[in-house]
Amino acid sequence: MSFIIVVGGGQVGKNVTRTLLELGHEVVVLEQRRDRYLLLDEEFGHRARYGDGTELSVLEGAGIKRPAEIVVAVTGDDEDNIIICQLAKELYGVSKIVARVNDPRNQVHFDLLGVAPTVSATEMVMALVQHEMPQHELVHLVQLRPENLEIVEVEVGKECPAAGKRVEQLRLPGSARLISVMRDGTAEIAVGSTELRAGDQVLAILEPGGEPELRRLLVGEKKR
Amino acid sequence: MKALVVGSGRVGSALAKRLHAAGWEVVVVDETEEGLERLGEKWPGEFHVGHGMDFELLEAAGIASADLVLVATDGDNTNLVVAQIAKLRYEVPKVAVRVQDPARAAFYANRGFDVVSPTNSAIEALAALALDGEAS
Repeated sequence: MSFIIVVGGGQVGKNVTRTLLELGHEVVVLEQRRDRYLLLDEEFGHRARYGDGTELSVLEGAGIKRPAEIVVAVTGDDEDNIIICQLAKELYGVSKIVARVNDPRNQVHFDLLGVAPTVSATEMVMALVQHEMPQHELVHLVQLRPENLEIVEVEVGKECPAAGKRVEQLRLPGSARLISVMRDGTAEIAVGSTELRAGDQVLAILEPGGEPELRRLLVGEKKR
Repeated sequence: MKALVVGSGRVGSALAKRLHAAGWEVVVVDETEEGLERLGEKWPGEFHVGHGMDFELLEAAGIASADLVLVATDGDNTNLVVAQIAKLRYEVPKVAVRVQDPARAAFYANRGFDVVSPTNSAIEALAALALDGEAS
């Protein structure tokens, strides 16, 4: 059982709190809007607290100094989520944080200030939408930020260097590895002898920045 | 010398006007057009509407070539994030930020930018007045 502080009691914070409590964790949820707090109070009682979770006194009142094992910053304001995580980590020594990114354009700020891991609903929805689109070339499915890795899906192009070759014959960019190959609705783990054909859906893991080279190899030259 | 002022409220707009009068090239960013009104009828400098955390806006406003960035929106947390972006991402030589909350002002005090807390200034000034009176 862990002691977890959830800052922000909107839809995300409320459901996270409920789920954590069901799993047997000790949770305090902070909310600065009175109307939202009253709803939280009805459901969670003393585990809900009213106040601005970017105020040191409010965080301390919630027990952050014990310290909390995890702080989850899921308010609707990205600047607040960044500050909450900086305070938690750097002032109170909380070892694990999770931050919500509301506007994906702010992701760069979270990265710059070392606030990780982050979760962005927009990014996750977009990855799934693109995944469902016919004829996508390269889609980012998962970002593993602490590891500096990402998982992408690539559709093998008709006229690319990789079509008709086995995985072991490919000159993959330094950090990239193929995970699986899906053809006609069936996926197989990619091994050295796996042959690639045009139209295959390939999952690959790589360091961010390796996409252009992977694209050239698996998709081919971009049509203009 | 070029200055970027983020937030054109009472403090930001007055700072922008004073810097301009002192001969600086001043660019102002604010969330609303009202920020431009506060700069007076004939504001000669650039003015951009948008949120201070929008790095495309900051770049359009010339943050990368600014000698000075002053951050004074009405949100402490926005101010602290923008100040850190200015210092870490754009390596602006001098960055100063207004933070109302003394506790957060103290925590962010030693990060390569100046933190000014008007709340602290008011407490100090009023306490000095009160205690001076008591001592005499």
